[in-house]
Amino acid sequence: MTGGSVVVEGLTRRFGALTAVRELTFSVAAGELFGLVGPDGAGKTTTLRMLAGVLRPSAGDALLGGRSVAREPDHVRPQIAYMPQRFGLYEDLTVRENLSFYADLYRVPRAERPARLERLYAFSNLGPFQDRLAGKLSGGMKQKLSLSCALIHRPAILLLDEPTFGVDPISRRDLWLILTEMIAEGVTVILSTAYMDEAERCDRVALLNEGLVLALDTPAALRAGLEGAVVAIRAEDARRARDVLRQLSDIRRASLFGETVHAVVAEWVGADSLRRELSAAGVRVLDARRVEPSLEDVFIQRVAGEEAHA
Amino acid sequence: MRDAITVRDLTRRFGDFTAVDAVSFAVRAGEIFGFLGPNGAGKTTTIRMLTGLLAPSSGSATVAGLDVGTRADAVREVIGYMSQKFSLYGDLTVAENIELFAGLYGVTGARYDDRRAWVLAMAGLEDRTDRLTAELPLGWKQRLALGCAVLHEPAVLFLDEPTSGVDPLARRRFWDLIDGLSERGTTVLVSTHYMEEAEYCHRLALMNRGRLIALDSPSGLRGSLASAGSLRGSSDVGDMGDVGVRSSLEDVFVELVRREGGAVVG
Repeated sequence: MTGGSVVVEGLTRRFGALTAVRELTFSVAAGELFGLVGPDGAGKTTTLRMLAGVLRPSAGDALLGGRSVAREPDHVRPQIAYMPQRFGLYEDLTVRENLSFYADLYRVPRAERPARLERLYAFSNLGPFQDRLAGKLSGGMKQKLSLSCALIHRPAILLLDEPTFGVDPISRRDLWLILTEMIAEGVTVILSTAYMDEAERCDRVALLNEGLVLALDTPAALRAGLEGAVVAIRAEDARRARDVLRQLSDIRRASLFGETVHAVVAEWVGADSLRRELSAAGVRVLDARRVEPSLEDVFIQRVAGEEAHA
Repeated sequence: MRDAITVRDLTRRFGDFTAVDAVSFAVRAGEIFGFLGPNGAGKTTTIRMLTGLLAPSSGSATVAGLDVGTRADAVREVIGYMSQKFSLYGDLTVAENIELFAGLYGVTGARYDDRRAWVLAMAGLEDRTDRLTAELPLGWKQRLALGCAVLHEPAVLFLDEPTSGVDPLARRRFWDLIDGLSERGTTVLVSTHYMEEAEYCHRLALMNRGRLIALDSPSGLRGSLASAGSLRGSSDVGDMGDVGVRSSLEDVFVELVRREGGAVVG
C-alpha cells in the first residue's frame, strides 16, 4: 500500500449540459485533514462521490493510495470509507447489529472484531446503547454510529460528506474527537462542510464554486490573503452604524451580527478614522477594533467576488 | 419597550419526567432571541408551549399579549413558524406554495397581491414563480419558507434551525432578511444548536436538562466565561489554532452545559 495519499488530476463530471466538477486538480498527503467548502452546487458532494468510486468521472482521474478510481475502483474501495450525507443505517437494527453488518460487508476478520468494537464504543460513547434500535437514536448519536460503521474496517482514507450536519455541539465535539484520533493514527481525511469553524481545523482547505477551485491553502494562508482588514464595531445603534458604514467609500462590506457590525475596510488606518466618520453621522461608537479575519470572511469575499464578476 | 413574549415558571411534565422546569424569561418586541441547548434540553417542548401546541403543566406564558394556556387558538394566528424541515411542498411551484400558505392564513384580495409580491421580491424569486420548489437550491428554499411563514405578517416569528446546511454567504443573506423583519418590529425567536446562527442574535438563552442556565448577549456570554479564565483547557479537541469568535461561543456553550452536569444522553 502506498499509504493514504490522494492525487486528483483533471477530475471532471458532467450531468447533461451541466458541468458539476471541472478539471479539479489537487493532492492530499497521507495523514492530512483536507476540507472542501463552497456554496450549494459547488461540486463538493459530486467530488466526494467520484473519489469514493460510486460515481464515474466524465474525464480525469483520482489516485487513492496509488489506485485509480476510474480504472480500478474495486481496488480503491477496500482502502476507503465513505460516509454520505444520509448514511445507510438500518433503523430497524440495533447499534450492535448495524456495526456487525458493516463488519461483515467489509469482511473484518472475526478475531479482530471485539477489540475494534470496544474501541469504537469508547470513542462514540455508544457502548451503553448497543441494544437500542438505530431508528431510536438522536441525530447526533446516529451520526456517531454512521462514522463508527465507516471506520469498522480501518480504512486508510476517510471521505465524509458534511459529517456534522444536524448534530448538536456536544455530539459534534465527540465526532471531532474521533476524527482527531484517526488523523493521529495516520488516516487521511477529506471532508466537506458548511461550517467555517470546522474548515479552520483542516490542514488545508479547497474553496469550490461552480465546480472550480477558487482557492486552496492552509486556513492561516487563506485568512492572510484576505484583501483589506476586518473591523468589529459595537455602537449604540448597530443597524445605523452598518448603514452609515455601507455608504463609506473605503468600506468593502458591512454586516450585522446581533449587536456587532463587522466591516471590511480596504485599507487599515486605525480605528479613529472610523469612529470619526461614524460620530459625524451621529452614531456613538462603544468599541471599534481590528479583528483577525475568519474563514467566513474569506469565503464571502471570494464567493461574492465571483458573483460580482459573473 | 413592550415584551412580545413573557414566560413565568413555565413547566411541562410528561409522567415522571420534567421536560421544562420552571423557566422564566422575557423577549422584547423586535428582538432576535436565540434559544440554544443540546438535544433533550427542553427547547422544542418550550416552543411547542409558546406556539399553543402543548398546554403547560404549570406556570404561564404570553405571546403578543395572549396567554398560551387559555388563548392557544388566538396565539396561532399571530405567530409564524419555520422549521428546518420546511413546510413547503416540493411538488408545487413557488407560486403555488405561496398561494397555499395564503389560503391557510386567510390572506386574500388586494392584501394577497401585495404580500405575494413582497415575498417574491424578498426571496429574490420573481423570475422563478413557475419553478418546482424541490428543484430550488437550499438557500432559495429557505428564503421561500421564510416568506411563506410571514405571509400573514405575524407579530412573533419562530425559527427552528433556519439556515442549517447552507454556506456562509447564503446564511448571511438569510439573516439580513431576518434583521429587516426585526427592524420593522417582528419579534424573532430562533431555536438552534449552531453557533453560526447564534452570532446573529441580540440575546441568547441557553437551556440544559429542562432549565435555563444562562441568558445574555453573545458578547456578554463570551465575556463572563473568558474573564473567569475557564475557557482555557475546556476544549477536548486539542490545538485547533485560532478559530476566532464563533468557536469560542461554542466553548461557552459546551462549558456551561458541562458545569450543569452534562447533557441528557439518549
